[in-house]
Amino acid sequence: MTDLAPLPDTPNDAERDDFVIEVEGLRSQFGDHVVHEDLNLNVRRGEVVAVVGGSGSGKSVLLNSIIGLKVPEGGTVKVFGQDVSRGREDGGLERRWGVLFQHGALFSNLTVRENIEAPMREHTRLSVREMEELADLKIALVGLRPDAGALKPSELSGGMRKRAALARALALDPDLLFLDEPTAGLDPIGAGAFDELIRDLSDSLHLTVFMITHDLDSLYTITDRVAVIADKKVVAEAPVAELESSDHPWIQEYFLGPRGRAAAKATAQGSRA
Amino acid sequence: MAEAAAKREAPKREPRGWHEMTVRIGKGVVGTGYDAFDTLVFAGHLLIVLAKSVINPMRIRWASVFSLAERAGLDAIPIVAVTSFFIGAVVGLLGANMLREFGAQVFAVELIGVAVLREFNILITAILLAGRSASSFAAEIGSMKMNQEVDAMKVMGVDPFEALVFPRFMALLVTIPLLTFVATLAGLCGGLAVTWSVLDIGPSFFFQRILEYVGPTHFWVGLSKAPIMAIVIAGIGCRQGMEVGGDVESLGRRVTAAVVHAIFAIIMIDAAFALLYMELDI
Repeated sequence: MTDLAPLPDTPNDAERDDFVIEVEGLRSQFGDHVVHEDLNLNVRRGEVVAVVGGSGSGKSVLLNSIIGLKVPEGGTVKVFGQDVSRGREDGGLERRWGVLFQHGALFSNLTVRENIEAPMREHTRLSVREMEELADLKIALVGLRPDAGALKPSELSGGMRKRAALARALALDPDLLFLDEPTAGLDPIGAGAFDELIRDLSDSLHLTVFMITHDLDSLYTITDRVAVIADKKVVAEAPVAELESSDHPWIQEYFLGPRGRAAAKATAQGSRA
Repeated sequence: MAEAAAKREAPKREPRGWHEMTVRIGKGVVGTGYDAFDTLVFAGHLLIVLAKSVINPMRIRWASVFSLAERAGLDAIPIVAVTSFFIGAVVGLLGANMLREFGAQVFAVELIGVAVLREFNILITAILLAGRSASSFAAEIGSMKMNQEVDAMKVMGVDPFEALVFPRFMALLVTIPLLTFVATLAGLCGGLAVTWSVLDIGPSFFFQRILEYVGPTHFWVGLSKAPIMAIVIAGIGCRQGMEVGGDVESLGRRVTAAVVHAIFAIIMIDAAFALLYMELDI
Protein backbone atom coordinates (compact mmCIF):
# COMPACT_ATOMS: atom_id res chain seq x y z
CA MET A 1 0.00 0.00 0.00
CA THR A 2 1.36 3.42 -0.87
CA ASP A 3 0.83 6.74 0.77
CA LEU A 4 -0.85 8.02 -2.34
CA ALA A 5 -3.83 5.75 -2.08
CA PRO A 6 -5.83 6.30 1.08
CA LEU A 7 -8.55 3.83 1.86
CA PRO A 8 -11.75 5.05 0.25
CA ASP A 9 -13.90 4.66 3.36
CA THR A 10 -11.82 6.61 5.85
CA PRO A 11 -12.38 10.35 5.61
CA ASN A 12 -9.12 12.12 4.90
CA ASP A 13 -7.94 15.09 6.92
CA ALA A 14 -9.35 17.70 4.60
CA GLU A 15 -12.80 16.21 4.90
CA ARG A 16 -12.62 15.93 8.66
CA ASP A 17 -11.49 19.54 8.90
CA ASP A 18 -14.62 20.57 7.13
CA PHE A 19 -16.76 20.00 10.19
CA VAL A 20 -17.38 23.39 11.72
CA ILE A 21 -19.43 22.09 14.62
CA GLU A 22 -18.82 18.69 16.16
CA VAL A 23 -21.01 17.51 19.01
CA GLU A 24 -20.12 14.11 20.37
CA GLY A 25 -21.89 12.13 23.06
CA LEU A 26 -23.38 15.29 24.56
CA ARG A 27 -25.11 14.83 27.89
CA SER A 28 -27.04 17.70 29.48
CA GLN A 29 -29.05 17.55 32.62
CA PHE A 30 -30.65 19.83 35.15
CA GLY A 31 -30.76 18.11 38.52
CA ASP A 32 -32.30 14.71 37.84
CA HIS A 33 -33.85 15.81 34.58
CA VAL A 34 -31.80 14.55 31.65
CA VAL A 35 -32.28 16.67 28.54
CA HIS A 36 -29.72 15.12 26.20
CA GLU A 37 -28.18 11.69 26.32
CA ASP A 38 -25.44 10.69 23.93
CA LEU A 39 -26.37 13.33 21.36
CA ASN A 40 -24.24 13.55 18.22
CA LEU A 41 -24.40 16.24 15.59
CA ASN A 42 -21.98 17.52 12.97
CA VAL A 43 -22.25 20.56 10.76
CA ARG A 44 -20.10 20.96 7.68
CA ARG A 45 -18.66 24.20 6.39
CA GLY A 46 -21.09 26.19 4.27
CA GLU A 47 -24.17 24.26 5.33
CA VAL A 48 -27.41 25.73 6.57
CA VAL A 49 -28.59 23.34 9.26
CA ALA A 50 -31.76 23.69 11.26
CA VAL A 51 -32.62 21.92 14.49
CA VAL A 52 -36.25 21.13 15.14
CA GLY A 53 -37.96 19.37 18.01
CA GLY A 54 -40.95 19.61 20.29
CA SER A 55 -40.93 22.19 23.05
CA GLY A 56 -38.83 21.03 25.97
CA SER A 57 -36.79 18.74 23.73
CA GLY A 58 -33.67 20.79 24.49
CA LYS A 59 -33.05 22.76 21.31
CA SER A 60 -32.03 25.88 23.20
CA VAL A 61 -29.94 23.85 25.63
CA LEU A 62 -28.11 22.39 22.64
CA LEU A 63 -27.48 25.86 21.23
CA ASN A 64 -26.28 27.12 24.62
CA SER A 65 -23.92 24.16 24.91
CA ILE A 66 -22.45 24.86 21.49
CA ILE A 67 -21.90 28.57 22.09
CA GLY A 68 -20.43 27.93 25.52
CA LEU A 69 -23.18 29.37 27.70
CA LYS A 70 -23.79 26.00 29.32
CA VAL A 71 -21.12 23.54 30.33
CA PRO A 72 -22.26 20.08 29.25
CA GLU A 73 -22.44 17.32 31.84
CA GLY A 74 -20.72 14.94 29.46
CA GLY A 75 -19.39 14.58 25.95
CA THR A 76 -17.51 17.14 23.90
CA VAL A 77 -18.55 20.12 21.83
CA LYS A 78 -16.05 21.42 19.32
CA VAL A 79 -16.42 24.48 17.14
CA PHE A 80 -13.73 25.03 14.50
CA GLY A 81 -11.95 22.10 16.15
CA GLN A 82 -11.71 23.88 19.51
CA ASP A 83 -13.32 22.49 22.63
CA VAL A 84 -15.87 25.08 23.69
CA SER A 85 -16.13 24.20 27.37
CA ARG A 86 -12.39 24.47 28.00
CA GLY A 87 -11.08 27.82 29.15
CA ARG A 88 -10.35 30.02 26.17
CA GLU A 89 -8.39 33.20 26.59
CA ASP A 90 -7.62 34.42 23.12
CA GLY A 91 -11.22 35.07 22.07
CA GLY A 92 -10.47 33.25 18.81
CA LEU A 93 -13.85 31.57 18.63
CA GLU A 94 -15.85 34.65 19.46
CA ARG A 95 -14.34 36.48 16.53
CA ARG A 96 -15.43 33.77 14.14
CA TRP A 97 -19.04 33.31 15.19
CA GLY A 98 -22.06 35.52 15.43
CA VAL A 99 -25.15 34.78 17.47
CA LEU A 100 -28.66 36.07 16.89
CA PHE A 101 -30.69 35.55 20.06
CA GLN A 102 -34.39 34.94 19.98
CA HIS A 103 -35.37 38.43 21.09
CA GLY A 104 -32.33 40.09 19.60
CA ALA A 105 -30.61 40.76 22.95
CA LEU A 106 -29.45 44.15 21.71
CA PHE A 107 -27.79 46.21 24.43
CA SER A 108 -30.68 48.43 25.43
CA ASN A 109 -28.59 51.40 26.56
CA LEU A 110 -26.74 51.67 23.24
CA THR A 111 -27.96 52.79 19.82
CA VAL A 112 -28.14 50.32 16.95
CA ARG A 113 -24.87 51.60 15.53
CA GLU A 114 -23.11 51.33 18.91
CA ASN A 115 -24.51 47.82 19.27
CA ILE A 116 -22.94 46.81 15.98
CA GLU A 117 -19.69 48.51 16.96
CA ALA A 118 -19.55 46.69 20.31
CA PRO A 119 -17.95 43.46 19.01
CA MET A 120 -15.54 45.48 16.88
CA ARG A 121 -14.52 47.51 19.90
CA GLU A 122 -13.81 44.29 21.80
CA HIS A 123 -11.85 42.45 19.17
CA THR A 124 -10.32 44.94 16.75
CA ARG A 125 -8.24 48.08 16.85
CA LEU A 126 -10.21 50.00 14.25
CA SER A 127 -10.53 53.74 14.54
CA VAL A 128 -13.85 55.28 15.53
CA ARG A 129 -14.48 56.42 11.95
CA GLU A 130 -13.77 53.01 10.47
CA MET A 131 -16.06 51.34 12.97
CA GLU A 132 -18.85 53.78 12.14
CA GLU A 133 -18.45 53.17 8.43
CA LEU A 134 -18.42 49.41 8.91
CA ALA A 135 -21.48 49.60 11.14
CA ASP A 136 -23.34 51.61 8.50
CA LEU A 137 -22.35 49.01 5.95
CA LYS A 138 -23.79 46.23 8.11
CA ILE A 139 -26.97 48.24 8.65
CA ALA A 140 -27.40 48.45 4.88
CA LEU A 141 -26.50 44.78 4.49
CA VAL A 142 -29.40 43.59 6.62
CA GLY A 143 -31.82 45.93 4.88
CA LEU A 144 -32.36 48.58 7.53
CA ARG A 145 -32.81 52.24 6.68
CA PRO A 146 -29.60 54.29 7.19
CA ASP A 147 -31.24 56.43 9.88
CA ALA A 148 -31.98 53.34 11.98
CA GLY A 149 -28.38 53.46 13.21
CA ALA A 150 -29.09 56.33 15.58
CA LEU A 151 -32.14 54.68 17.16
CA LYS A 152 -32.28 52.84 20.47
CA PRO A 153 -33.47 49.21 20.40
CA SER A 154 -36.65 50.21 22.23
CA GLU A 155 -37.60 52.45 19.30
CA LEU A 156 -37.43 49.60 16.78
CA SER A 157 -40.19 47.25 15.69
CA GLY A 158 -39.79 43.51 16.23
CA GLY A 159 -38.64 42.87 12.67
CA MET A 160 -36.18 45.76 12.69
CA ARG A 161 -34.79 44.61 16.03
CA LYS A 162 -34.06 41.18 14.55
CA ARG A 163 -32.34 42.76 11.59
CA ALA A 164 -30.29 45.02 13.85
CA ALA A 165 -29.32 42.02 15.96
CA LEU A 166 -28.36 40.16 12.79
CA ALA A 167 -26.19 43.12 11.80
CA ARG A 168 -24.44 42.88 15.16
CA ALA A 169 -23.98 39.13 14.73
CA LEU A 170 -22.32 39.85 11.38
CA ALA A 171 -20.18 42.69 12.73
CA LEU A 172 -16.90 40.77 12.67
CA ASP A 173 -17.61 38.98 9.35
CA PRO A 174 -18.03 35.61 11.04
CA ASP A 175 -17.77 32.23 9.31
CA LEU A 176 -20.47 30.74 11.47
CA LEU A 177 -23.85 32.17 12.33
CA PHE A 178 -26.16 30.90 15.08
CA LEU A 179 -29.81 31.80 14.86
CA ASP A 180 -32.24 31.15 17.71
CA GLU A 181 -35.78 31.11 16.30
CA PRO A 182 -35.04 33.84 13.75
CA THR A 183 -38.61 34.16 12.49
CA ALA A 184 -40.46 33.75 15.78
CA GLY A 185 -42.66 36.74 16.52
CA LEU A 186 -42.62 38.04 12.94
CA ASP A 187 -45.67 38.21 10.69
CA PRO A 188 -45.64 35.79 7.72
CA ILE A 189 -44.46 38.43 5.25
CA GLY A 190 -41.72 39.65 7.58
CA ALA A 191 -40.72 36.06 8.32
CA GLY A 192 -40.50 35.27 4.61
CA ALA A 193 -38.37 38.34 3.98
CA PHE A 194 -36.11 37.42 6.88
CA ASP A 195 -35.69 33.87 5.55
CA GLU A 196 -34.73 35.28 2.20
CA LEU A 197 -32.24 37.64 3.82
CA ILE A 198 -30.56 34.79 5.67
CA ARG A 199 -30.39 32.66 2.53
CA ASP A 200 -28.90 35.55 0.54
CA LEU A 201 -26.36 36.35 3.23
CA SER A 202 -25.32 32.76 3.75
CA ASP A 203 -24.83 32.34 -0.01
CA SER A 204 -22.97 35.57 -0.62
CA LEU A 205 -20.86 35.56 2.56
CA HIS A 206 -20.28 31.77 2.51
CA LEU A 207 -21.68 31.44 6.00
CA THR A 208 -22.28 28.26 7.87
CA VAL A 209 -25.64 28.67 9.56
CA PHE A 210 -26.88 26.74 12.56
CA MET A 211 -30.45 27.59 13.42
CA ILE A 212 -33.19 26.59 15.78
CA THR A 213 -36.64 27.01 14.39
CA HIS A 214 -40.27 26.11 14.63
CA ASP A 215 -41.05 27.64 11.29
CA LEU A 216 -41.80 24.99 8.66
CA ASP A 217 -41.54 27.56 5.89
CA SER A 218 -37.98 28.35 6.93
CA LEU A 219 -37.13 24.66 6.85
CA TYR A 220 -38.36 24.29 3.30
CA THR A 221 -36.89 27.51 1.93
CA ILE A 222 -33.46 27.94 3.45
CA THR A 223 -32.08 24.78 5.03
CA ASP A 224 -29.74 22.26 3.46
CA ARG A 225 -30.23 19.78 6.25
CA VAL A 226 -32.52 19.38 9.22
CA ALA A 227 -31.67 17.65 12.48
CA VAL A 228 -34.59 16.40 14.51
CA ILE A 229 -34.22 16.15 18.30
CA ALA A 230 -36.50 13.71 20.04
CA ASP A 231 -36.00 11.19 22.83
CA LYS A 232 -32.95 13.14 24.11
CA LYS A 233 -30.92 12.69 20.92
CA VAL A 234 -30.81 13.51 17.25
CA VAL A 235 -33.13 10.94 15.73
CA ALA A 236 -32.77 12.05 12.13
CA GLU A 237 -30.45 14.26 10.10
CA ALA A 238 -31.38 14.79 6.47
CA PRO A 239 -32.69 17.28 3.93
CA VAL A 240 -36.35 18.13 4.47
CA ALA A 241 -37.53 16.16 1.45
CA GLU A 242 -36.01 12.98 2.87
CA LEU A 243 -37.38 13.59 6.34
CA GLU A 244 -40.91 13.57 4.97
CA SER A 245 -40.55 9.89 4.26
CA SER A 246 -39.15 9.07 7.71
CA ASP A 247 -41.15 6.63 9.79
CA HIS A 248 -40.39 8.20 13.17
CA PRO A 249 -43.79 9.06 14.68
CA TRP A 250 -42.87 12.58 15.80
CA ILE A 251 -41.35 13.48 12.42
CA GLN A 252 -44.39 12.13 10.60
CA GLU A 253 -46.70 14.16 12.74
CA TYR A 254 -44.53 17.24 12.30
CA PHE A 255 -44.10 17.16 8.55
CA LEU A 256 -47.26 15.43 7.49
CA GLY A 257 -49.64 17.39 9.72
CA PRO A 258 -51.78 20.07 8.04
CA ARG A 259 -49.17 22.81 8.57
CA GLY A 260 -46.34 20.68 7.24
CA ARG A 261 -48.28 19.75 4.13
CA ALA A 262 -49.14 23.38 3.44
CA ALA A 263 -45.49 24.42 3.70
CA ALA A 264 -44.38 21.57 1.44
CA LYS A 265 -47.04 22.44 -1.10
CA ALA A 266 -46.05 26.10 -1.10
CA THR A 267 -42.43 25.20 -1.75
CA ALA A 268 -43.35 22.80 -4.53
CA GLN A 269 -45.46 25.46 -6.20
CA GLY A 270 -42.74 28.04 -5.72
CA SER A 271 -40.14 25.87 -7.43
CA ARG A 272 -42.50 25.05 -10.29
CA ALA A 273 -43.28 28.69 -10.98
CA MET B 1 -51.47 -5.29 33.28
CA ALA B 2 -49.46 -5.66 36.47
CA GLU B 3 -46.74 -3.52 34.94
CA ALA B 4 -49.16 -0.76 34.08
CA ALA B 5 -50.59 -0.81 37.58
CA ALA B 6 -47.12 -0.55 39.09
CA LYS B 7 -46.41 2.43 36.87
CA ARG B 8 -49.55 4.20 37.98
CA GLU B 9 -48.60 3.81 41.64
CA ALA B 10 -45.11 5.14 41.05
CA PRO B 11 -45.69 8.90 41.65
CA LYS B 12 -45.13 9.50 45.36
CA ARG B 13 -47.66 11.26 47.54
CA GLU B 14 -47.00 14.98 48.00
CA PRO B 15 -45.68 15.57 51.52
CA ARG B 16 -48.28 17.10 53.81
CA GLY B 17 -48.36 18.90 57.14
CA TRP B 18 -45.42 18.21 59.43
CA HIS B 19 -43.59 16.34 56.70
CA GLU B 20 -44.01 19.25 54.29
CA MET B 21 -42.60 21.65 56.86
CA THR B 22 -39.49 19.54 57.37
CA VAL B 23 -39.04 19.38 53.59
CA ARG B 24 -39.26 23.17 53.35
CA ILE B 25 -36.81 23.69 56.20
CA GLY B 26 -34.43 21.25 54.55
CA LYS B 27 -34.70 23.05 51.23
CA GLY B 28 -34.03 26.37 52.97
CA VAL B 29 -30.90 25.04 54.66
CA VAL B 30 -29.56 23.50 51.47
CA GLY B 31 -30.39 26.72 49.60
CA THR B 32 -28.42 28.77 52.12
CA GLY B 33 -25.47 26.47 51.60
CA TYR B 34 -25.63 26.90 47.82
CA ASP B 35 -26.00 30.67 48.29
CA ALA B 36 -22.86 30.80 50.41
CA PHE B 37 -20.99 28.81 47.79
CA ASP B 38 -22.23 31.08 45.00
CA THR B 39 -21.12 34.13 46.98
CA LEU B 40 -17.63 32.65 47.17
CA VAL B 41 -17.66 31.99 43.42
CA PHE B 42 -18.75 35.59 42.83
CA ALA B 43 -16.02 36.95 45.09
CA GLY B 44 -13.41 34.74 43.44
CA HIS B 45 -14.41 35.80 39.96
CA LEU B 46 -14.27 39.43 41.04
CA LEU B 47 -10.80 39.00 42.54
CA ILE B 48 -9.55 37.54 39.27
CA VAL B 49 -10.94 40.50 37.35
CA LEU B 50 -9.36 42.82 39.92
CA ALA B 51 -5.98 41.16 39.47
CA LYS B 52 -6.27 41.40 35.68
CA SER B 53 -7.20 45.07 35.94
CA VAL B 54 -4.26 45.83 38.22
CA ILE B 55 -1.88 44.15 35.79
CA ASN B 56 -3.41 45.92 32.81
CA PRO B 57 -5.39 49.07 33.73
CA MET B 58 -6.37 49.48 30.07
CA ARG B 59 -8.81 46.61 30.60
CA ILE B 60 -10.91 48.73 32.96
CA ARG B 61 -13.91 50.26 31.22
CA TRP B 62 -13.27 53.81 32.30
CA ALA B 63 -16.20 55.30 30.39
CA SER B 64 -18.53 53.01 32.29
CA VAL B 65 -16.81 53.75 35.60
CA PHE B 66 -17.20 57.51 35.17
CA SER B 67 -20.79 57.41 34.01
CA LEU B 68 -21.71 55.14 36.92
CA ALA B 69 -19.79 57.32 39.35
CA GLU B 70 -21.82 60.26 38.15
CA ARG B 71 -25.13 58.45 38.50
CA ALA B 72 -24.41 56.67 41.77
CA GLY B 73 -22.27 59.36 43.38
CA LEU B 74 -22.69 62.86 42.04
CA ASP B 75 -26.45 62.58 41.63
CA ALA B 76 -26.75 61.32 45.21
CA ILE B 77 -25.16 64.40 46.77
CA PRO B 78 -28.41 66.33 47.41
CA ILE B 79 -30.22 63.49 49.14
CA VAL B 80 -27.17 62.50 51.19
CA ALA B 81 -26.50 66.10 52.22
CA VAL B 82 -30.09 66.90 53.16
CA THR B 83 -30.60 63.67 55.10
CA SER B 84 -27.45 63.98 57.15
CA PHE B 85 -28.14 67.69 57.74
CA PHE B 86 -31.37 66.73 59.47
CA ILE B 87 -29.79 63.85 61.36
CA GLY B 88 -27.14 66.24 62.65
CA ALA B 89 -29.83 68.71 63.65
CA VAL B 90 -31.88 66.07 65.47
CA VAL B 91 -28.85 64.82 67.40
CA GLY B 92 -28.05 68.42 68.27
CA LEU B 93 -31.56 69.14 69.45
CA LEU B 94 -31.84 66.02 71.62
CA GLY B 95 -28.38 66.63 73.06
CA ALA B 96 -29.06 70.28 73.76
CA ASN B 97 -32.33 69.60 75.56
CA MET B 98 -30.98 66.76 77.70
CA LEU B 99 -27.66 68.36 78.56
CA ARG B 100 -29.29 71.66 79.44
CA GLU B 101 -30.86 69.95 82.47
CA PHE B 102 -27.36 69.46 83.86
CA GLY B 103 -26.20 72.85 82.68
CA ALA B 104 -23.79 71.11 80.36
CA GLN B 105 -25.36 72.19 77.11
CA VAL B 106 -21.97 73.08 75.69
CA PHE B 107 -21.21 69.34 75.45
CA ALA B 108 -23.88 69.12 72.76
CA VAL B 109 -21.13 70.16 70.36
CA GLU B 110 -19.04 67.11 71.26
CA LEU B 111 -22.09 64.92 71.00
CA ILE B 112 -22.83 66.21 67.50
CA GLY B 113 -19.19 65.93 66.51
CA VAL B 114 -18.70 62.35 67.64
CA ALA B 115 -22.07 61.16 66.37
CA VAL B 116 -21.72 62.74 62.93
CA LEU B 117 -18.01 62.16 62.34
CA ARG B 118 -17.91 58.62 63.61
CA GLU B 119 -21.24 57.01 62.81
CA PHE B 120 -23.90 58.96 61.01
CA ASN B 121 -21.90 60.24 58.07
CA ILE B 122 -21.03 56.78 56.80
CA LEU B 123 -24.20 55.10 58.01
CA ILE B 124 -26.53 57.58 56.29
CA THR B 125 -24.47 57.52 53.10
CA ALA B 126 -24.32 53.74 53.01
CA ILE B 127 -28.01 53.20 53.76
CA LEU B 128 -29.09 55.77 51.18
CA LEU B 129 -26.82 54.23 48.57
CA ALA B 130 -28.07 50.77 49.44
CA GLY B 131 -31.56 51.99 48.63
CA ARG B 132 -30.46 53.98 45.62
CA SER B 133 -27.62 52.07 44.00
CA ALA B 134 -27.81 48.47 45.19
CA SER B 135 -31.36 48.33 43.87
CA SER B 136 -30.54 50.00 40.56
CA PHE B 137 -27.49 47.76 40.07
CA ALA B 138 -29.61 44.68 40.70
CA ALA B 139 -32.39 45.93 38.41
CA GLU B 140 -30.05 46.95 35.59
CA ILE B 141 -28.01 43.78 35.57
CA GLY B 142 -31.13 41.68 36.18
CA SER B 143 -33.04 43.12 33.24
CA MET B 144 -29.98 42.71 31.04
CA LYS B 145 -29.94 39.08 32.09
CA MET B 146 -33.62 38.65 31.31
CA ASN B 147 -33.13 40.21 27.90
CA GLN B 148 -30.19 37.80 27.22
CA GLU B 149 -27.88 40.81 26.93
CA VAL B 150 -25.52 39.16 29.39
CA ASP B 151 -25.50 36.03 27.21
CA ALA B 152 -24.87 38.18 24.15
CA MET B 153 -21.88 39.66 25.96
CA LYS B 154 -20.51 36.26 26.82
CA VAL B 155 -20.73 34.92 23.27
CA MET B 156 -19.01 38.11 22.12
CA GLY B 157 -16.13 37.14 24.37
CA VAL B 158 -16.81 39.85 26.95
CA ASP B 159 -16.69 38.87 30.60
CA PRO B 160 -19.81 40.37 32.23
CA PHE B 161 -17.83 40.75 35.45
CA GLU B 162 -15.40 42.98 33.65
CA ALA B 163 -18.03 44.96 31.77
CA LEU B 164 -20.82 45.20 34.33
CA VAL B 165 -19.75 44.29 37.85
CA PHE B 166 -16.25 45.73 38.13
CA PRO B 167 -17.14 49.27 36.95
CA ARG B 168 -19.89 49.38 39.57
CA PHE B 169 -17.40 48.42 42.27
CA MET B 170 -14.96 51.05 41.10
CA ALA B 171 -17.67 53.71 40.94
CA LEU B 172 -18.82 53.11 44.51
CA LEU B 173 -15.27 52.73 45.84
CA VAL B 174 -14.50 56.21 44.57
CA THR B 175 -17.77 57.94 45.38
CA ILE B 176 -18.76 56.57 48.79
CA PRO B 177 -15.77 58.08 50.63
CA LEU B 178 -16.45 61.40 48.89
CA LEU B 179 -20.13 61.24 49.74
CA THR B 180 -19.19 60.42 53.33
CA PHE B 181 -17.19 63.63 53.44
CA VAL B 182 -20.16 65.57 52.07
CA ALA B 183 -22.41 63.92 54.65
CA THR B 184 -19.97 64.90 57.42
CA LEU B 185 -20.03 68.56 56.43
CA ALA B 186 -23.82 68.56 56.08
CA GLY B 187 -24.29 66.80 59.43
CA LEU B 188 -22.06 69.29 61.22
CA CYS B 189 -23.95 72.15 59.58
CA GLY B 190 -27.21 70.66 60.80
CA GLY B 191 -25.84 70.41 64.31
CA LEU B 192 -24.48 73.93 64.09
CA ALA B 193 -27.84 75.27 62.97
CA VAL B 194 -29.41 73.88 66.14
CA THR B 195 -26.70 74.92 68.58
CA TRP B 196 -26.63 78.36 67.06
CA SER B 197 -30.38 78.91 67.25
CA VAL B 198 -31.18 77.03 70.48
CA LEU B 199 -28.00 77.33 72.54
CA ASP B 200 -26.58 80.45 70.97
CA ILE B 201 -23.29 78.71 70.20
CA GLY B 202 -21.89 80.35 67.05
CA PRO B 203 -19.84 78.81 64.24
CA SER B 204 -16.41 79.89 65.44
CA PHE B 205 -16.91 78.46 68.92
CA PHE B 206 -18.60 75.36 67.48
CA PHE B 207 -15.80 74.49 65.09
CA GLN B 208 -13.07 75.34 67.56
CA ARG B 209 -14.62 73.00 70.09
CA ILE B 210 -14.97 70.29 67.44
CA LEU B 211 -11.30 70.65 66.60
CA GLU B 212 -10.11 70.64 70.19
CA TYR B 213 -12.40 68.12 71.85
CA VAL B 214 -13.46 65.82 69.04
CA GLY B 215 -10.47 65.80 66.74
CA PRO B 216 -9.80 64.19 63.40
CA THR B 217 -9.51 60.60 64.74
CA HIS B 218 -13.27 60.22 64.80
CA PHE B 219 -13.47 61.39 61.22
CA TRP B 220 -10.92 58.81 60.08
CA VAL B 221 -12.75 56.11 62.01
CA GLY B 222 -15.91 56.98 60.11
CA LEU B 223 -14.14 57.18 56.78
CA SER B 224 -12.29 53.89 57.31
CA LYS B 225 -15.60 52.07 56.98
CA ALA B 226 -16.41 53.66 53.63
CA PRO B 227 -14.53 51.25 51.32
CA ILE B 228 -16.01 48.24 53.11
CA MET B 229 -19.49 49.69 52.73
CA ALA B 230 -18.84 50.36 49.04
CA ILE B 231 -17.76 46.77 48.47
CA VAL B 232 -20.79 45.44 50.34
CA ILE B 233 -23.31 47.62 48.49
CA ALA B 234 -21.87 47.01 45.01
CA GLY B 235 -21.31 43.34 45.76
CA ILE B 236 -24.81 42.63 47.00
CA GLY B 237 -26.45 44.70 44.25
CA CYS B 238 -24.49 43.09 41.42
CA ARG B 239 -24.71 39.59 42.79
CA GLN B 240 -28.47 39.74 43.18
CA GLY B 241 -28.69 41.13 39.64
CA MET B 242 -26.66 38.25 38.25
CA GLU B 243 -28.96 35.77 40.02
CA VAL B 244 -32.06 37.00 38.17
CA GLY B 245 -33.65 34.24 36.14
CA GLY B 246 -35.87 34.55 33.12
CA ASP B 247 -39.02 35.87 34.76
CA VAL B 248 -40.21 39.22 36.04
CA GLU B 249 -41.04 37.82 39.46
CA SER B 250 -37.45 36.86 40.12
CA LEU B 251 -36.35 40.36 39.09
CA GLY B 252 -38.63 41.93 41.69
CA ARG B 253 -37.54 39.44 44.33
CA ARG B 254 -33.85 39.99 43.64
CA VAL B 255 -34.10 43.78 43.68
CA THR B 256 -35.89 43.65 47.04
CA ALA B 257 -33.32 41.18 48.34
CA ALA B 258 -30.50 43.47 47.19
CA VAL B 259 -31.79 46.39 49.27
CA VAL B 260 -32.71 44.35 52.33
CA HIS B 261 -29.46 42.38 52.39
CA ALA B 262 -27.38 45.49 51.79
CA ILE B 263 -28.96 47.47 54.64
CA PHE B 264 -28.74 44.49 56.96
CA ALA B 265 -25.07 43.97 56.08
CA ILE B 266 -24.28 47.68 56.53
CA ILE B 267 -25.69 47.77 60.04
CA MET B 268 -24.00 44.50 61.02
CA ILE B 269 -20.67 45.71 59.71
CA ASP B 270 -21.06 49.03 61.47
CA ALA B 271 -21.70 47.21 64.74
CA ALA B 272 -18.67 45.00 64.17
CA PHE B 273 -16.52 48.08 63.53
CA ALA B 274 -17.85 49.74 66.69
CA LEU B 275 -16.75 46.72 68.74
CA LEU B 276 -13.43 46.48 66.95
CA TYR B 277 -12.55 50.14 67.50
CA MET B 278 -13.69 49.94 71.11
CA GLU B 279 -11.31 47.03 71.70
CA LEU B 280 -8.55 48.95 69.95
CA ASP B 281 -9.32 52.00 72.10
CA ILE B 282 -9.69 54.33 69.18
